[in-house]
Amino acid sequence: MSVPSEAAAATPRTGVIHNIGYRNYTGPRLGRGYATRSLFVQSLRGAYGLGRSAKSKVLPMVLLAAMCVPALIIVALAVSTDADKLATDYPSYLSNTSTLFGIFLAAQAPVALSRDLRFMTVPLYFSRPLTRTDYVRAKFAAMAAALLILTGLPVVILYLGALLAGMDLGHNTAHALYGLGTAVLYSVLYAAVGLVVAAATPRRGFGVAAIIGVLVVSTTVAGIAWALIGGPTGSPSANWAGLLSPSTLVDSLSTWLFRLPQGDGPSWPPSNGAGIVFLAEFIVTAAASYGLLLRRYRKF
Amino acid sequence: MSSVITTDSLTKSFPRVTALDRLTVDVQPGVVGLVGSNGAGKSTLIKILLGLAPATSGTARVLGLDVATDGPAIRERVGYMPEHDCLPPDVSATEFVVHMARMSGLPAAAARERTADTLRHVGLYEERYRPIGGYSTGMKQRVKLAQALVHDPQLVLLDEPTNGLDPVGRDDMLGLIRRIHTDFGISVLVTSHLLGELERTCDHLVVIDGGRLLRSSSTASFTEATQLLAVEVAADDDTPHLTDPDTAVRDRLAAAGLTVRPDTAAGELGGRIMLVEIADEGTYDIVRDTVADLGLGLVRMEQRRHRVVEIFHDGDTDHLVDQQKKGSADVGAV
Repeated sequence: MSVPSEAAAATPRTGVIHNIGYRNYTGPRLGRGYATRSLFVQSLRGAYGLGRSAKSKVLPMVLLAAMCVPALIIVALAVSTDADKLATDYPSYLSNTSTLFGIFLAAQAPVALSRDLRFMTVPLYFSRPLTRTDYVRAKFAAMAAALLILTGLPVVILYLGALLAGMDLGHNTAHALYGLGTAVLYSVLYAAVGLVVAAATPRRGFGVAAIIGVLVVSTTVAGIAWALIGGPTGSPSANWAGLLSPSTLVDSLSTWLFRLPQGDGPSWPPSNGAGIVFLAEFIVTAAASYGLLLRRYRKF
Repeated sequence: MSSVITTDSLTKSFPRVTALDRLTVDVQPGVVGLVGSNGAGKSTLIKILLGLAPATSGTARVLGLDVATDGPAIRERVGYMPEHDCLPPDVSATEFVVHMARMSGLPAAAARERTADTLRHVGLYEERYRPIGGYSTGMKQRVKLAQALVHDPQLVLLDEPTNGLDPVGRDDMLGLIRRIHTDFGISVLVTSHLLGELERTCDHLVVIDGGRLLRSSSTASFTEATQLLAVEVAADDDTPHLTDPDTAVRDRLAAAGLTVRPDTAAGELGGRIMLVEIADEGTYDIVRDTVADLGLGLVRMEQRRHRVVEIFHDGDTDHLVDQQKKGSADVGAV
């Protein structure tokens, strides 16, 4: 090993530098983009407990199973009864299971952010080439991707099952894509809301409770508002209540975007103009959450 | 030889406090100690040097790169060990350091190899596969150091690395810091609020207080002024003729050509402790013989570790030097 000349010059006191085996690193340094991608992969794996303890794999895997098993049952029934139509449409499968991925978000968003805050690991990231924006971007993308796997997988299962049962290809392809579109909407908005709440507290327990609280309370409030404005009696304007919670917002938005049949409850915008308002709220919420996250990490 | 760190009139003001006040230093390769009491601006300086916080005014360069514009390039070549805890308890040292190596841009295979090497160099062996939560403070400090070294930086910034360590752990850590430079060829900036421990480790010391530079000079010139021996004597029943044993000792030592002054910073107890400047190895013998001749008991004779506030409590180097000279003269005249 050659010792840097500056080292030799700066330590005349020691005279001889003993080579005890320290090797300098001469290989590639792949920089910010690589670090950001590595953080994304690590966080995504972490959301499913991969690379973590056996205990932390339990909940995400149970939830993944809970999301997929009903889809498998629906497919099995459809194949065995030789049905010409699945028992559920792809987007509505997701609105019916939104509680499950809400729980997943509540459990895993704090894992993505609170740990680094609680154990004060964040400054170690920022003392590296990675910037605050890179960190937030990687975490946001990882959370959204983890949710997308959870919501997209049952849609894929349903679609494959529909093909297997020899159902109408065009209709099922279109609606499976609507389903995936809805899965993307859920993933982005849920990740945005969950991460902002998780970043507010270094305590994982508080984060879990707060995210569940936000999702449950807002959905309940939206339901109550819908009922009070006159939803049960068929007043279309009651559907404005869909703006009040993430789950009803995405539900309404996907109904409007993909021209799906209108369901019960606050699940469709009352007009095209209202649809634009719903879309605007979605974009503003996601963007504002991203901005708040960046702000949260500015002081590190 | 090119400077590792240079700052020019570096100032950082917060709404209510000025953390750094026109700081101008020039740090050469080697082990450099940054000394200051808590709140002196050490951590703020490190943040600015990493390009993480903008300076209010003035400029700073690290490894020849401007902190204001080349932050990412600097952080690629610099390692940082924070003062606070920063380790998740539920992962092993190996997993954690590999992850941090990848965050520095090392490919996966290189990250694993460098992690194994680095953990061995900082003295972590079998335990590196166990979760960090079960480590002692000394082991945790080593992991923190390892993550700062894993990407083979040209400079490491170590913020209070001996905090919370027992005396043995402290010595081990200081030895390790010395080796980072002598064996690894990496320059070191290490902060501490204890001047004494840095004296033995560093080539150069920078002392700041209240964000201002008090002194920047080689350790040799520093220790000249600060090598002191604390002496405490006690009269026993055999020496009733000595009504004031301290004065007697002081006179004798002064007569022997040594400089003696009372330890003013030690408070109540200070009246009983004399600080003797160490001229050479013989000083110890002179003190011993003097005390023995007078028939007194030698309660304490120890090399004194200075706290910065003790030497620099007026925050003014010139004044300090004057005071020390004056103090010596006074005692000499007694």
